[in-house]
Amino acid sequence: MKTDSRLEKVLKTGGLAVTSECGPPRGAVPEKIREKAAMLKGYVDAINVTDNQTAVVRMSSLAACIFIRQMGLSAILQMVARDRNRIAMQSDILGAYSHGVDTMLCLSGDHPKFGDHPMAANVYDIDSVQMVQMVKQMRDEGTFQGGGDIENPPKMYIGAAANPFADPFELRVPRLAKKVTAGVDFIQTQCVYNLDKFERWMAQIRERGLHEKVHILAGITPMKSAGMARYMKNRVPGMDVPDELVNRMAGVPKEKQGAEGLTIAVESIERLKEVKGLSGFHIMAIEWEEKVPEIVERAGLLPRPEV
Amino acid sequence: MIIAEKKPIEEVIEMVKDFRKILIVGCNECVTVCEAGGKREVAVLASSLRMYFMNQGKDTQIDEVTLERQCDREYLEEIRNRIEQYDVVISLACGVGVQFLAETYSRFPVYPGVNTCFMGVTEERGVWSERCQGCGQCILGSTGGICPISRCAKRLLNGPCGGSTKGKCEISKDLDCAWQLIIDRLKELDRLDEYEQIAPIKDWSTERAGGPRRVVREDVRQ
Repeated sequence: MKTDSRLEKVLKTGGLAVTSECGPPRGAVPEKIREKAAMLKGYVDAINVTDNQTAVVRMSSLAACIFIRQMGLSAILQMVARDRNRIAMQSDILGAYSHGVDTMLCLSGDHPKFGDHPMAANVYDIDSVQMVQMVKQMRDEGTFQGGGDIENPPKMYIGAAANPFADPFELRVPRLAKKVTAGVDFIQTQCVYNLDKFERWMAQIRERGLHEKVHILAGITPMKSAGMARYMKNRVPGMDVPDELVNRMAGVPKEKQGAEGLTIAVESIERLKEVKGLSGFHIMAIEWEEKVPEIVERAGLLPRPEV
Repeated sequence: MIIAEKKPIEEVIEMVKDFRKILIVGCNECVTVCEAGGKREVAVLASSLRMYFMNQGKDTQIDEVTLERQCDREYLEEIRNRIEQYDVVISLACGVGVQFLAETYSRFPVYPGVNTCFMGVTEERGVWSERCQGCGQCILGSTGGICPISRCAKRLLNGPCGGSTKGKCEISKDLDCAWQLIIDRLKELDRLDEYEQIAPIKDWSTERAGGPRRVVREDVRQ
């Protein structure tokens, strides 16, 4: 074992891991984090905490992770390259690890243009691939990126994201390969709606043997309505929602669309369970965390292992 | 070259409205090419200001001159004899020229007439785009001659990010994804295998981050 991460232990068992995520509140309201995390208790192995997602200011991921840790749950610190230089990143990693946060996800981050402060300066001192390298150096060599020694190096289990659906498609596996070379331990993917394309991507991963070097968790986001399906299809960069899915959502009465979205999520998981080389699921129920237990249960992913 | 844009006339008026003897100084280099601060733009600004002051009923002298460059002392010296007769100078050079002019004639208030934007190229007349941010450590050799620092919105050295869609950047449909361009070029050069080499963490100390920069060449220094 490289770390004490609960996610690492679950993945080590060879079974399918389940993670989910919490978006921190837009205010100093810790009870909201606790409420969301409490809904997920017992249903997932670890909870990602987003880092000012879509470049909108929220409570810091680190602070929210600490609240989740205090509840005895496992938190995954998301960190974007947009807002912090390497000094701030390493400092927060030391702080996180000191609070028992031992798993993190390294991301570039959405551009400020999409957020509530489009006028903000952005940082991008290092990119997500380099962040993986840096965190690995801190863990395995016990040194900072600048070379200095770390007292009690943070043993972080290192994750990164992959989007099998962005362009150019032919580069999607090579880019993942770069993250593997950099030392990533697990990957959480963009929301998977186009299952055929995802399976093609996984086939390329297996061809190169990358599934043996990194654990891949498929991203699952239930759609609440046909409107959301259309929005995801047309407005979210790098998202691939097939027409048949939009039509299926639109084909049921409005009040039943949410239930249909959940069924689609469950069916997706059931189909993807059969994909060789896949290590689990990352269920991102955006502002719909209360439905995660139902999805996990219906998809036959219970009970979560005791590790 | 350095690309600049003319400041709105209202902003220029606000800066100089209380002065009576104004010299507008253009620059014959970059800002002439990008049509923001050359001889022609000096003339246009001068006539707009004359019109404004005439409408205000204020007798104001506005003169024009365009120097070969404002980033070299020898050309700035050309106005030493005449500058005494003015009480304000508007420079239509880039920020470099404005500062060097102000530094050379420190007794005179100098105001900028353009907004300096970036180092870039003329794609076509009326369209200029960025190519370089002067990071001080050029990596174009490994990126197929396309700079991800100046052309990727997240300056990713190991791109593309997940937002690249149909060759365009996620922040604008009008912006090419720099990494798509890099990949296309590497493919054309039959060098796509180089993509998988991880670009190392960059030392930004040669960039703005390292503080104001200076190049000293003893071999050519006099």
